[in-house]
Amino acid sequence: MSAPVIEVSGLAHRFKETVAVDGISFSVPAGQIFSFLGPNGAGKSTTINVLTTLLAVQQGSVKVAGFDVAEQPEEVRRSIGIVFQEETLDRDLTVWEILEFHGNLYSMPRGERRARIDEMIRLVELEKKRDVLVKHLSGGMKRRLEIARGLMTRPKVLFLDEPTLGLDPQSRIHVWDYIRQVNREGTTIFLTTHYMDEADSLSDRISIIDHGKIIASGTSRELKDALGQDIISLETGDDVNAAELLRTLPEVKDVRPGMRGFSVTITGNGAACLPPVLERLKGAGISVAAVNVKRPTLDDVFVHFTGREIRG
Amino acid sequence: MGHQYLAIYWRDMLRFVRFRALLFSSLVQPALWMAFFGIAMTSSFDRLSSLAPVPEGAIAIPYLTFMAAGVMALTTLFTTLFGGMGLLFDKLWGLMREILASPAPRSHILFGISLSGITKSFIQVIIIMAFGLLLGVQFFVGKGPAAIALSVTGILLFVAVFAIGFLLLSSTIAITMESPESMQAVMTLLSLPLFFVSNALYPAESFPPFLQAATALNPLTYLVTGIRYFAIGPDFFALGHHYVYTATDVFSAFLALAFFAAVMFSLALRTINHAVVN
Ligand SMILES: Nc1ncnc2c1ncn2[C@@H]1O[C@H](COP(=O)(O)OP(=O)(O)O)[C@@H](O)[C@H]1O
Ligand SMILES: [Mg+2]
Repeated sequence: MSAPVIEVSGLAHRFKETVAVDGISFSVPAGQIFSFLGPNGAGKSTTINVLTTLLAVQQGSVKVAGFDVAEQPEEVRRSIGIVFQEETLDRDLTVWEILEFHGNLYSMPRGERRARIDEMIRLVELEKKRDVLVKHLSGGMKRRLEIARGLMTRPKVLFLDEPTLGLDPQSRIHVWDYIRQVNREGTTIFLTTHYMDEADSLSDRISIIDHGKIIASGTSRELKDALGQDIISLETGDDVNAAELLRTLPEVKDVRPGMRGFSVTITGNGAACLPPVLERLKGAGISVAAVNVKRPTLDDVFVHFTGREIRG
Repeated sequence: MGHQYLAIYWRDMLRFVRFRALLFSSLVQPALWMAFFGIAMTSSFDRLSSLAPVPEGAIAIPYLTFMAAGVMALTTLFTTLFGGMGLLFDKLWGLMREILASPAPRSHILFGISLSGITKSFIQVIIIMAFGLLLGVQFFVGKGPAAIALSVTGILLFVAVFAIGFLLLSSTIAITMESPESMQAVMTLLSLPLFFVSNALYPAESFPPFLQAATALNPLTYLVTGIRYFAIGPDFFALGHHYVYTATDVFSAFLALAFFAAVMFSLALRTINHAVVN
């Protein structure tokens, strides 16, 4: 694994009496897509604001792109791109002007700046909107423009705070494609989201955050496996005896009757358990009419760790 | 020094010319002042002041000429007093996050805003001068082209240093405020005394002593002094008063404005360096 591009240890942040971030530590290796998944008010934006130097480090230490956020904020700012949760585009400028302004703010030389603007406009497919005022763009286009702006200066890390909040499904998929493409070209991505499917489909690694604390971390697969809750649904010729029989298997955690047949909660990987389960039923002479293995979703993971659904 | 302030300047000017109504009103408003207020007051004031005897050697000037210099100063005051308003909207709409998160030093926000405010004031002042001359204002009487160029430079120098002070004051207030309404209220409260306790439209010399002392604290007074010196001359008679400006008077007026600008700069810089946009 390459050296971490983001290293956070013991970070805490409070607003008067509200504890927004409550002692979190994590690191993100170069080239990865790392997600903070958590409900509204979990502390995601506060964390991003500290990591991007917009809020002071109150407690703990934060290094981004090799620089200490508290000691070398200017170097950090030079190394990162940001897409904020709320729209931060001047509605009275055109697409081209937004990027020209941004490039100048980062002191990009004229030739490089102009070439990069063209490249970015092509990347997010806004060629036809180049000279259109921002106020005449759709929500998805504005988001794409903000991503283009965040990438203008070739940042080592791109921070995306809820990048698809409020977008229609088609625009979401579009934005996801850009994020993947940008990451393939070498940019490390830190994103926050409260959408399970977003974290699931984009991230190399996920940290689940709730009430300012990281409550679980890992790949999407690891998180789901950690739950050990694959579910096998079965319909058999003799459900009562079959259920009794399977309850004695060591991998089986729980057996519950279903609408039709019954379901078995498995510790570990459900697919791997299927052969011994079927073997056991066959040995007892019970016929199997239907089988289905369901992997848990990140929703289930969140419920498991917090005892509640992520919405709310 | 980097050139990031030019980005701030460019964006502000872009918005200025893009909003046609704003552009139009800021260009026409001073001309309207001149046309209506000037012409209306001139006839009555001139009738009154014709009663006062003109002292030996002093040149009497029409009221229109006297007030044209004042209108230049007042227009600069109002334009610059609201020059920081854009920062408040940038803050409220989250646009300032982009700038604060960039490597551009925060002082550049102030430089950019000052530069665009100065540009707008220059445009307005030049329009008033040109329009005034058209209406018969007696500016630059008896001066050749070189002397006129020098006088205009002097006027613009005074306008610039005055503008910097008020633009930075306005920026400080904008960064501190939470809503356009409250900023509007503060500005109105601030502009009224500045407007009335000055020598812009009538001689402050006839004020009671405590008001005269207040005029000495008003930066507008020093701007008016500078403009009159360069536009009308060091020695003239208007509204029953004999005005004599020495080179020292004018130089100290300039220093007073420069001092005001410097104080406002340190205040604005401190405010913006501590600004947190969340
Ligand atoms: N500027 C602020 N002042 C006071 N409280 C704040 C401020 N910003 C955020 N908070 C509080 O901090 C907590 C975390 O907020 P935030 O980081 O925005 O969460 P998220 O981005 O995960 O929705 C919330 O309880 C929120 O109300
Ligand atoms: Mg948030």
